[in-house]
Amino acid sequence: MKTQQSRNDDGLAAVVPATAPQQVIKRRRKPLTWDKVSFFAVFLGLPLAIYLLFVIWPFIQAFGYSLTDWSGFSPNQNFIGLENYAKIFTDDIFMKAMGNNILLVIFLPIITIILSLVLASLVTVGGSSKGQIKGLRNSSFYRVVSFFPYTIPAIAIGIMWGQIYDPSGGLLNGILTGVGLDQFKDFAWLGDKNTAMIATMFVIVWGFVGFYMVLFVAGIKGIPAELFEAARIDGAGRFRTAVSITIPLIRDNIQTAYIYMGILALDAFVYMAALNSGGGPDNSTLVMAQQLFFTAFSKGQFGLASAMGVVLAIATLIFSGLVFAVNKLTGGDKDVSL
Amino acid sequence: MKSLHFQPRTPATSTGDKVVGAVSHTALTIWTLIVILPLLWTFMSSFKTSSEIFASPFSLPGEWKLDNYIKAWSEAGIGSAFLNSVIVVAVALVIVMVLGAMCAYVLARYTFPGSRAIYYLMLAGLTFPIFLAMVPLFFVLKNMGLLNTLPGLILVYVGFALPFTVFFLFSFFKSLPHEITEAAALDGAGEWRTFFQVMLPMAKPGLASVAIFNFLGLWNQFLIPVSINAAGPRVLSQELAAFAGQMGYAVDYGALFAAVSVTVIPVLIVYVIFQRQLQGSVSQGTSK
Repeated sequence: MKTQQSRNDDGLAAVVPATAPQQVIKRRRKPLTWDKVSFFAVFLGLPLAIYLLFVIWPFIQAFGYSLTDWSGFSPNQNFIGLENYAKIFTDDIFMKAMGNNILLVIFLPIITIILSLVLASLVTVGGSSKGQIKGLRNSSFYRVVSFFPYTIPAIAIGIMWGQIYDPSGGLLNGILTGVGLDQFKDFAWLGDKNTAMIATMFVIVWGFVGFYMVLFVAGIKGIPAELFEAARIDGAGRFRTAVSITIPLIRDNIQTAYIYMGILALDAFVYMAALNSGGGPDNSTLVMAQQLFFTAFSKGQFGLASAMGVVLAIATLIFSGLVFAVNKLTGGDKDVSL
Repeated sequence: MKSLHFQPRTPATSTGDKVVGAVSHTALTIWTLIVILPLLWTFMSSFKTSSEIFASPFSLPGEWKLDNYIKAWSEAGIGSAFLNSVIVVAVALVIVMVLGAMCAYVLARYTFPGSRAIYYLMLAGLTFPIFLAMVPLFFVLKNMGLLNTLPGLILVYVGFALPFTVFFLFSFFKSLPHEITEAAALDGAGEWRTFFQVMLPMAKPGLASVAIFNFLGLWNQFLIPVSINAAGPRVLSQELAAFAGQMGYAVDYGALFAAVSVTVIPVLIVYVIFQRQLQGSVSQGTSK
């Protein structure tokens, strides 16, 4: 029997070819009726029209604009080749923003995934080590509460944490001074360039751990209990079971989580805009997306902004490619058969 | 089968188990507190006056009055933004679910020249960052006269929610048995009837899952409205950001906390009521 994981692998790319033969049998040539023609026109034409006009066409245009000096409101668009890209890569502020995005991409997925994996493992296998494999008692309460942040709009999360980090009236400094750490009185977490980025990252982690925890719990529950029992009979402890059974078997879930979190880290616009809309002290929390937004909608340099968008898109593709490659190289494509 | 008969009904818990259990509960409780304390604090602060907030972060409000909520709802415009959000998200959600289901159904059930190309086009829409599209999209809408309007916002929401919807429902429609379509065809149902009366009702569980994710995604959307609806009737996320942005000049923290609470609480209540279904959706959404 194959696991869910192996089904996942070919889920996206291979679904179309895999079913082609099945369809061929079904497809006897019938005369085109009005029913059929109208059906295809509406069912395929309508969604595609909206999708092409509002999604695909802008994406294509962005590549074109990125090669011009267009300022948006002037009619002349001069083709300037890769000049915008040269400008971007010599712009200290944009490079700083890119560096911050790279920091986010390195740390955000790792921290979020480790934390949510640990919590998910505690919930699912924290129960008794005798008899049937059991989850922790009353664990659904933790799961429900942990998921709360996912239902809150990112902008509200950002504003809320902005207040929590407030130097004088905020919850955090209130707690810290309350337990006797007086050096944090009036400490500006978001105003100090050493802590602004860490504080911001924590907010994003706070927002996503619950979601990934639920995802991993679902993955772990999909593993047949016999496997855990076999491992236990073979004398594997909890930690060994988690490392050698759980993680390999929910590997695809982890890869998906890693890619989602990485794409989010390359954007991160909402959180940054809410917590430090100006880019933070010494631009320590400035991200590429913010720079793009300023360049486009405040400065009106649409050509340059589009080039930034292309850089962002390429960074996203490189990141996803890297994750797939690393997963493959470390043996993730091996068919885990049960 | 396991030989359950030979096991005591309630296995004696060893000390090791107790320790692990205690440690697990402690760790989970700590995280739960980290999640819930900020929310409770925000809710509590939403009843305080600005001077009370400055005096101490922990003090209870002197009076539990709704002044801040009234101020946020009417003066700060959170009320109208809330209604705008409800309208935009509801309409966009209905449209994207119908169009997405139709598109996914055709792609999953019929082969025709170009069906594969359309599939990959959808994949592209999921991969590229929305940011890349914003500048050209601004002008697409401007040329259509839809910039800074709610219908414009709705159409863009539909466009960007479509690829996810199609992907998810694609695998769902694929898994429905073919015999049923054939039976419907034998009974004389046309393509339209087969879809609306046979396939769509069968796809209900899948539709519910996608609808939940689309709702959260669209309700939380921030970048799209601030880019293409900056001067239009604001939606909730926009109004919140604008309200927080002018805080530096007119400090009314109590009203800000109230505005955040108004944003958070309705969805949270709905979540708590339907959390069982939602947890199911998460697992379903990821195993496909």
